[in-house]
Amino acid sequence: MYIDRYERIWIIISAFVLIALFGVLLYSYYGQGIHLETNVGQVLPQDVPTTPPFDNPGLHEIGPDEYDLVMIAQAWAFNPREVTIPAGSTVHFKMTSTDVLHGFKILGTTVNSMVMPGQITRVTYRFREPGEYLFVCHEYCGAGHHVMSGVITVE
Amino acid sequence: MSSNQEVYAPERWHMKVFLLMAFVTLLLGGLFGTLQSLDKMQVDWYNFLPGPLKGLYYLGLTVHGVALALMFTTYFIIAFLNFTVVYGLKRPLKSRALVHLSLWISIAGLVTTLVPIFLNQASVLWTFYAPLRAHPLYYTGLALLVIGTWTTALNAFATWRDWKKENPGERTPLMAFVSIVTWAMWLPASLGIAVAAVYYLWPWSMGITETVNPLLTRSLYWFTGHPLVYFWLLPAYVVWYTMLPAQVGGRLFSESLARLVFLLFIPLALPTGFHHMYTDPGVHASTKLIHAVLTFAVIFPSLITAFTVLASVEEGARRNGGKGLIAWVLALPWLSNPSVAGQLLSMVVFAMGGITGLINGTFTMNLVVHNTMWVPGHFHTQVAGAVTLTFMAVSYWWIPLLTGRALWNNKLAVIQVWLWTFGTLIMARGMHWMGIAGVPRRTFLSRAPYANFGEWDVAGLMVGWGAVIATVAGLLFAVIMIMTAFVSKAPAKVEVPVAEPLIKKDRMPVILDRLAPWLLITLVMIVIAWAPSLYHIAVHHPQVRGWVLW
Repeated sequence: MYIDRYERIWIIISAFVLIALFGVLLYSYYGQGIHLETNVGQVLPQDVPTTPPFDNPGLHEIGPDEYDLVMIAQAWAFNPREVTIPAGSTVHFKMTSTDVLHGFKILGTTVNSMVMPGQITRVTYRFREPGEYLFVCHEYCGAGHHVMSGVITVE
Repeated sequence: MSSNQEVYAPERWHMKVFLLMAFVTLLLGGLFGTLQSLDKMQVDWYNFLPGPLKGLYYLGLTVHGVALALMFTTYFIIAFLNFTVVYGLKRPLKSRALVHLSLWISIAGLVTTLVPIFLNQASVLWTFYAPLRAHPLYYTGLALLVIGTWTTALNAFATWRDWKKENPGERTPLMAFVSIVTWAMWLPASLGIAVAAVYYLWPWSMGITETVNPLLTRSLYWFTGHPLVYFWLLPAYVVWYTMLPAQVGGRLFSESLARLVFLLFIPLALPTGFHHMYTDPGVHASTKLIHAVLTFAVIFPSLITAFTVLASVEEGARRNGGKGLIAWVLALPWLSNPSVAGQLLSMVVFAMGGITGLINGTFTMNLVVHNTMWVPGHFHTQVAGAVTLTFMAVSYWWIPLLTGRALWNNKLAVIQVWLWTFGTLIMARGMHWMGIAGVPRRTFLSRAPYANFGEWDVAGLMVGWGAVIATVAGLLFAVIMIMTAFVSKAPAKVEVPVAEPLIKKDRMPVILDRLAPWLLITLVMIVIAWAPSLYHIAVHHPQVRGWVLW
């Protein structure tokens, strides 16, 4: 099989670039500890009202500047939809859905997850800067999808 | 009429019917796309739709996705790959029965899918994630669309087998071979969506089963969903490799590598689907990591394509007097040949989308853009830019060839491809911008109380006005096609462009003319990358009830 010299060089460069980019990806994951959603457990939608921690949605202080935020997504609102925390707080989000697929994105942060019925979503984020952080549902969940949002106020 | 044209004479009628269906769905889906884009600059035309459709943004979004991503692409590809198989092998399709069957199944699929959508019984978008539950007819229609591709593929394989019997030991002509490889990639890939629709979602929507496993059907969807984009793209590659070089007076730089590129897509396109589910709970991070590696691998054949196709085009440009390191590109017919200009422009847009695709594949960066407007920005460069523009460019010689009527208004066709390119680029640029600002995709922004148009206004204006330009270009395309097919008086003087290889006596390993070894590797890849996760999800993950929330 004949491969032109320039073509051979290009193929080697291409492979090298892809391998290098993948190396950067691995470094960002293991080296910088950027969170990737994984399998952390299941909860049936009908069991949500009686299963801890989802039986008690809201903000719970678990240590100095450290909070659990238990949040239920359902068409077409988050519960709770308004939360206030001090600047510098680390928040562990624990979420699930009681009906269809929803999404959860806090604008201006790296918090971005799917929220699914039957599945538990866990994300951790440290809010350094004070401000109002808008969060929205980013997966189509029916006729009122575009009203599903909330605000985290960092003081 | 030359002997070359007689080859596909018995096939003309069904190609024409498929093309008619393709262009009608392109127009239908495209016009709803215009409404979606206007919404991004706070212009709510959904408010002015007639009674039963008034304000139904998500119905329109479903039509847009289904008509364009599932119907237009599929119908065009069926017609085009039938053509390249027949023309490449210089023989008619083997089975007349399969030709008729494919056509009727596809027509049935079109009606069965669109009727429940327009009756607002299936506003579940083209991804139909359970537990949103559509009307059973919707899943029936989707299944028919897939089955129509299977019967077409079967006919292509049967035709190829007959050709091999009559030409023992000979190498399959490139144009036919890469078309058949496209079908070979699609067949195993399409199983995911078929199983989801027929085995899980249809019985559930009928009330035969009460619950569904939403993570399983979503995973099965993306089992097909990512290779689906290669099902759209590979026919464009067929054009770029086997036809475009001839259209610019060049030759194909390397036939062996062309074959290798297509064959690599069979095993590499499939095991990447979880990269659409990087942010999903319930899927283990290690599975996502495997799919991330393979996502980077599937970029490799496209990088080879960038070299081979460009080198072939450069050869043509230099033969036509092109000079200099870069200046040879000016020797190409950017302003005189709409078919060539359209393909070259589609490649420019495609290269940009390739880079944004790499960003999406990098799951750490994906956290910033997942499910934002960035994502439709990316895939509109690929589907509206690369694939649809190439299909339009092909139509500029193919419709004259099929109808025997010369292209109506060459100049307008050149303007059309440039307008489409600019429209798509401006719109996609706005979408990327909104995405980085955090604007969610698939959202009726005009009615979203949180929408901050003050901050997003320039980006939104780009989406809206870019789409307006693309709409004008789309309507121009429709006018040119109608005038060419029905009004144009001059007889067509077009030949099918067939690229000759630059190196005639390339001794090529026999594995580059076989499918079985590649399908075997694919099976291994599926077992590694999909089987354990799908099994685990199917057995251990929760079943939930359905919802109709629109």
